[in-house]
Amino acid sequence: MAAQPIVPFRTYVLVFVALLVLVALTTGAAFIDLGPFNTVVALGIAFIKMMLVLLFFMHLLHSNKLTHVTAVAAAFWLLLLIGLVFADYTSRGWIPDPAPWSSSAPPTHP
Amino acid sequence: MSTATTVAPEPRAATPLNYLNVEYGWRSWLFTKDHKRIALLYLISITFYFFIGGAFAVLMRIHLIDPQGALVQPETYNKLFTMHGIIMIFFFLIPSIPSVLGNFLVPLMIGARDLAFPRLNLLSWYIYMLGGAFTMYSVIHGGVDTGWTFYTPYSSTYANSQVIPAALGIFITGFSSILTGLNFIVTIHKMRAPGMTWFRMPLFLWSMYATSIIFVLGTPVLAIALFLLFLERVFQVGIFTPALGGDPLLFQHLFWFYSHPAVYIMILPAMGVISEIVPCFSRKRIFGYKVIGFSSVAIAVLSFLVWGHHMFVTGQSIYTGLVFSALSFMVAIPSAIKVFNWTATLYKGSISYDAPMLYALGFIGLFTMGGLTGLFLASLSTDVQLNGTYFIVAHFHYIMVGGAVMGYLGGMHYWWPKISGRLYPEIWARLAAAIIFVGFNLTFFPQFMLGYLGMPRRYAFYPAEFQFLNVMSSAGASILGVGYLIPLIYFAWSMRYGPIAGPNPWGATGLEWQTPSPPPKDNFEQPPAVADEAYDYAHQEVGLV
Repeated sequence: MAAQPIVPFRTYVLVFVALLVLVALTTGAAFIDLGPFNTVVALGIAFIKMMLVLLFFMHLLHSNKLTHVTAVAAAFWLLLLIGLVFADYTSRGWIPDPAPWSSSAPPTHP
Repeated sequence: MSTATTVAPEPRAATPLNYLNVEYGWRSWLFTKDHKRIALLYLISITFYFFIGGAFAVLMRIHLIDPQGALVQPETYNKLFTMHGIIMIFFFLIPSIPSVLGNFLVPLMIGARDLAFPRLNLLSWYIYMLGGAFTMYSVIHGGVDTGWTFYTPYSSTYANSQVIPAALGIFITGFSSILTGLNFIVTIHKMRAPGMTWFRMPLFLWSMYATSIIFVLGTPVLAIALFLLFLERVFQVGIFTPALGGDPLLFQHLFWFYSHPAVYIMILPAMGVISEIVPCFSRKRIFGYKVIGFSSVAIAVLSFLVWGHHMFVTGQSIYTGLVFSALSFMVAIPSAIKVFNWTATLYKGSISYDAPMLYALGFIGLFTMGGLTGLFLASLSTDVQLNGTYFIVAHFHYIMVGGAVMGYLGGMHYWWPKISGRLYPEIWARLAAAIIFVGFNLTFFPQFMLGYLGMPRRYAFYPAEFQFLNVMSSAGASILGVGYLIPLIYFAWSMRYGPIAGPNPWGATGLEWQTPSPPPKDNFEQPPAVADEAYDYAHQEVGLV
């Protein structure tokens, strides 16, 4: 297996600073009313933070293809979990609630 | 002081050094890093839990002989079926084949000296034992009554039983599974002998690989679900309980995301065992090697897409139910591929009915019944009638006991000569296999009928018209219990008195049979090389090996 390149200490510091800036950005964005886009912005920033951690702190940038496949598989599994759970939550209201029980006496058969 | 003459020590028989006699003393076992010894530690541990879980089942079946309940209070009955489920699933079935046979065989089958991370392997056993200790604490201090599924909000808010220690025990044990899965994946990727390509690997390894994927990807989600349950029960953090702003179905989603694939953790390794036994005792090359291998991976992947079929009647959206129903049907395809290929392997084979083969044939029939009744439950409409009845209980016991336990016992008989270096008594083994088959069907087939007639599961009482079928089921359970005790006795007997097995008593292919029985500490005296496919029985038959 080829040796991984030595990442300069400066890179880690820069990534760390970038993460702190993004945390500040997330917090700041939460105070601005963007309607439904608040969630989109927060998740977008979280995605960038996740990629920074994966690529630099977890060395994915310099890893082999098998490690990439493993990381993508884990992300895909998470997507399955979240995707199908939200499929349930979002589609629960598609069918109107059934009519309430009638309090009148049940029909009698001749 | 004794005046007895000193007797010269009897010269030790010229037994070659192997993993069992290379060193002695409790330290050599409890601090071992040898995968074979760790497998035996697991064997002893899971056997203990099997009989504890079995004892709960015995009490349940005695109770259900009488429609009014013959033995315990309803609250106690709730605890009996809960502890039976928790112990059998998390402490016996899930670790059974991977941790015992997998641990023992994965390095041997790929021609390695050990697993990739021997210390991690030993750690996984200690973690398992720690989790088991927490669960046993909950048993001793009154038990749990939530059902093995821990459904919220009952488990998180209302249950007055030992929910936290039991859930913590399962949470901890999950890490043991993750470490085992990780170890197997890395070992299979990195430590195969020269010439052992992916398509020359025994199919048992494909099934271990697929199982390990589920271990690594699924178990963390169960850990998360149980941790959130812990947070809600102890700190009233609103996650699952509606009164606190939570959603109870979220727990079911998270729980079944792991716990449905967990069924495949149980059955996939058993399928791997069957794929070894069937060609050996048919003296034939396995039919459809590649599709069997890929179907293991397909089952592992699909197993993560079907969890919602446990929630058809619990309030899940009907549209999601439709999707989960269709996906659940798809699992039948790779499962059927395996069954058809095993059957095709038998065709025109030179079949011998030794005990491992009896278990394998039993597996094929019982798994097929369990699988096909699963399709009833994957159908939205029939599931409304059958959900929560004994039909479910019968269905999953046909998979877990008729499938996984039969596979485990078949594997134990097949590799026992390798593990112990001794042969077990074949007549007794065949008798036990027959008793288990009869006892199993008598126990669980009536439960299909009870469920179809509408008897709900988890009830301590039932209408008098169901008594006949319940008594049949209890009678079957007593036969099954005897069937399970017999192998325990003759395996223990054979450790000391069984005939010496020799390296390859079955004339089987595979690297594990090319080393002495029991194997030496480092498995192989010379690093093995592989030049042939895994099941080259045709050439072996005509002496071309």
